[in-house]
Amino acid sequence: MGKKRKFDFWSMVTIVITLVFALFIIYPLFSLFVSAFKDPKLQTFSWVNFQKFLSKKYYMRALGNSFKVTTVTTLLAVLIGAPLAYITTAYKIKGKGFLDIMIIISMLSPPFIGAYSWILLAGRSGVVTTFFRESLGIDLGSIYGFGGVLLVLTLKLYPFIYMYTKGTLKKVDASLIEASESLGCSGVKKVFTIILPLITPTILAGSLIVFMNALADFGTPMLIGEGFVVMPVLIYNEFISEMGGSANFAAAIAVILVLITSVMFLLQKFIVNRKSFTMSSLRPIQAKELKGWKSFLAHFVLYGIVFVSIIPQLTVIYTSFKATSGAIFVKGFSLESYRKIFSNLRTPIVNTYKFGVIAIIIIVILSMFIAYITTRRKSKITELIDTLTMFPYIIPGSVLGITLLISFNDKPILLSGTVTIMIVAFVVRRMPYTLRSSAAILYQISPSMEEASISLGDSPLKSFFKVTAVMMLPGVLSGAILSWITIINELSASIILYTGGTRTMSVAIYTEVIRASYGTAAALASILTLTTVVSLLVFFKVSGKKEVSL
Amino acid sequence: MSNSIGVKHAVKKFGPVTVIPDLNVEIENGEFFTLLGPSGCGKTTLLRMIAGFNTIEGGEFSFDEKVINDIPAHKRNIGMVFQNYAIFPHLTVRQNVEYGLKIRKMDKKTMKERVDDILDVVKIKEYEDRLPENLSGGQQQRVALARAIVIHPSVLLMDEPLSNLDAKLRIEMRSAIRDVQKQVGITTVYVTHDQEEALAISDRIAVMKSGIIQQIGKPEVIYTRPYNTFVATFIGHSNLFSGKFGKDVKGTYVEFLGGYRTYMDNLSDDLREGDPVIAAIRPEEFSLEEGCLSVSVKNRTFLGRYIVYELDLPEGMVLPKQPSIEFSQDLGQSEKLYEVGDTLSLKPNGNKFNVFTLNGEMSLIKDVVKHG
Repeated sequence: MGKKRKFDFWSMVTIVITLVFALFIIYPLFSLFVSAFKDPKLQTFSWVNFQKFLSKKYYMRALGNSFKVTTVTTLLAVLIGAPLAYITTAYKIKGKGFLDIMIIISMLSPPFIGAYSWILLAGRSGVVTTFFRESLGIDLGSIYGFGGVLLVLTLKLYPFIYMYTKGTLKKVDASLIEASESLGCSGVKKVFTIILPLITPTILAGSLIVFMNALADFGTPMLIGEGFVVMPVLIYNEFISEMGGSANFAAAIAVILVLITSVMFLLQKFIVNRKSFTMSSLRPIQAKELKGWKSFLAHFVLYGIVFVSIIPQLTVIYTSFKATSGAIFVKGFSLESYRKIFSNLRTPIVNTYKFGVIAIIIIVILSMFIAYITTRRKSKITELIDTLTMFPYIIPGSVLGITLLISFNDKPILLSGTVTIMIVAFVVRRMPYTLRSSAAILYQISPSMEEASISLGDSPLKSFFKVTAVMMLPGVLSGAILSWITIINELSASIILYTGGTRTMSVAIYTEVIRASYGTAAALASILTLTTVVSLLVFFKVSGKKEVSL
Repeated sequence: MSNSIGVKHAVKKFGPVTVIPDLNVEIENGEFFTLLGPSGCGKTTLLRMIAGFNTIEGGEFSFDEKVINDIPAHKRNIGMVFQNYAIFPHLTVRQNVEYGLKIRKMDKKTMKERVDDILDVVKIKEYEDRLPENLSGGQQQRVALARAIVIHPSVLLMDEPLSNLDAKLRIEMRSAIRDVQKQVGITTVYVTHDQEEALAISDRIAVMKSGIIQQIGKPEVIYTRPYNTFVATFIGHSNLFSGKFGKDVKGTYVEFLGGYRTYMDNLSDDLREGDPVIAAIRPEEFSLEEGCLSVSVKNRTFLGRYIVYELDLPEGMVLPKQPSIEFSQDLGQSEKLYEVGDTLSLKPNGNKFNVFTLNGEMSLIKDVVKHG
């Protein structure tokens, strides 16, 4: 191949994608930084926003709270997720497939639905709270604040550790265990000398993902945190607040958050690159039969944890069918909540699917093109594009929201309040899943496939669509399912970007909960949960798999 | 330090399927013993029963007369080398080799000496601080061997250890394993499906098929005096001819279709005149001589030292369903090459070739035994 490539279709794709990235990632981030360094009153360059953040106890406490809740969440997620993964890999558990699907569902449902359900159950006037107080005279204490946030986030995030660890355990060859036995090792010692060291890099990488997710989560602390303010809530409050809110100050907080996530992200990359082992398993570990009390205990623990994780979904579906009077639940069941949302809240429902479909189409097309140019057309520019695709990992949703708003709030590109800005947010935020799985599968497809097609007389472009693109589809699909589910459940960016006409279901649920209209919120949440579950089941059916690739 | 291994009436079942119906074998102390057979013959299953990784459905396994059926794998004091090496990826070469010694709580000084020693023996001292991912297949193989031997196991078990290496390295490692085994003097059970490897490396070989041992013997015996047609055709190539036993004044003979006779004085006394037999003749057990078996050349493969001729024979002269009937011409011995279509006259070497019962299950040569 010559040094200079001919200008072809792919060169054009590269240029277009570079422009798109420049416009929707580089420029907004740049604007965010500029805004953060501007004095809100004088609009001159200054450190004043950062000084304000560092000088007030209230703000520093939010930073402290964020660290506290994310650290503890991460620890708990590891302590639950890793042993669970080991048990289900090493031992025969009845209904393992069912449990896995339940865990995936609890992982992919929006966390704020978890927060909301736990309020319904254990909140001030929650079912459980009321029962204990009125029937037994026991005060259960408050679910609000640190404890509640911790509970919801842990239940939502341990599945990440579970799935990652399970994936790695599958790659551990049974002969490694046998080798250690043949050398005289047995029991717990085996776990600590062989298995634990092998899964440690995975657990570390998974922990950082949990950490980032917990740090960026907005809905949970907003709903159940009450006085317990964390960074994303602070950003939102400062940005939206009608009194004395300042976009510049919010931008500064966002910059601080982005710096933290960047460090975390780089740390994760470093660990994954440095510490992971290349393992390939010819003969995976065979699950052993457990007997007697050990079997009972394993089943009890597993089903217990999975049941608690799935409680939010069950609760919202149950409460959505409860009879209401105004915003208050009364005895009996009815479809009143559903009737209400179909008459008053039809727009959010339609919007969710409409925006979601548009966004996912854009994501799939962009991902395939980007995957192709970054793996097959390596150059300085495509390397840059490859790096830029990582950015969404380090930008929490609420930060993305204000970033886009700051950048496109004025002419020449006035997008605030439009459908476009919502879709841009969805695409930027959720593309990485699809992109990563597309690139992964493309690495497995030999370029000679496409060359064969070209040698038989098809044009390169046709060959791409007829051969490579078709072969990529399974990989693209497995990422697209995650993109799709996380798009329809997106809250933290939407909540900043929406206007009356572009409200989505998750935003509507949030506002209904804030208005204490729990019946309609439950009905909406049920629809959202149902969509998530159906999407997953369709995906499992189509792909013939029983897992999602994270 | 090394043990003999006894297996009596071993039975292995996977669910309803019986993989090994009833197997007996005695492996002597210090011996290099190979289990050879096609895939699925139960050789790895047997090895893993000795190791303790497979359950035993029946029979008795013993090390030096001591029954080990109920001793778990980690207490059997075995050294095992796995097909994929099973090197711990998170440990360096030295740490891998130390692993078993640490489990045995050996003191630091002795451990260092032992490890240094074995790293020298298998020639990987210079890589001791590397992680396995930075080692080649052959080097990983050496680590696996060192790790298994360093604990001074009662027996060394090797499951197709060379199958993942390329041809050249396989031959190099083959002699390395053999050397190390002799140097350490440890009873070794070696599983392979590669007959050449088995012949080259073993003191004795057990040829297995469908969970049953077909023959046990020294490599040269297995090759020259196979016990049945399976062994004759699995180890090297054998052309199976239909024959008839006969006797006249000159002695006992095998008569081929068309009346050609080869006189042999080593045939079983149980044979009666007119008994149908199978004559298994290897490609190199023919010589060119006029007036013998008349065949025509169907195909010719030039292999350098040899030329292999694929032959066409009159119908009924050989057993049906054989992949090919071959004659190999040693180029060191002859000048004339034959072309496809040429007719040759071949003389079977009566001192060399084997004769079996019609069902192929037993040799009719005197003194050929199943378990040698």
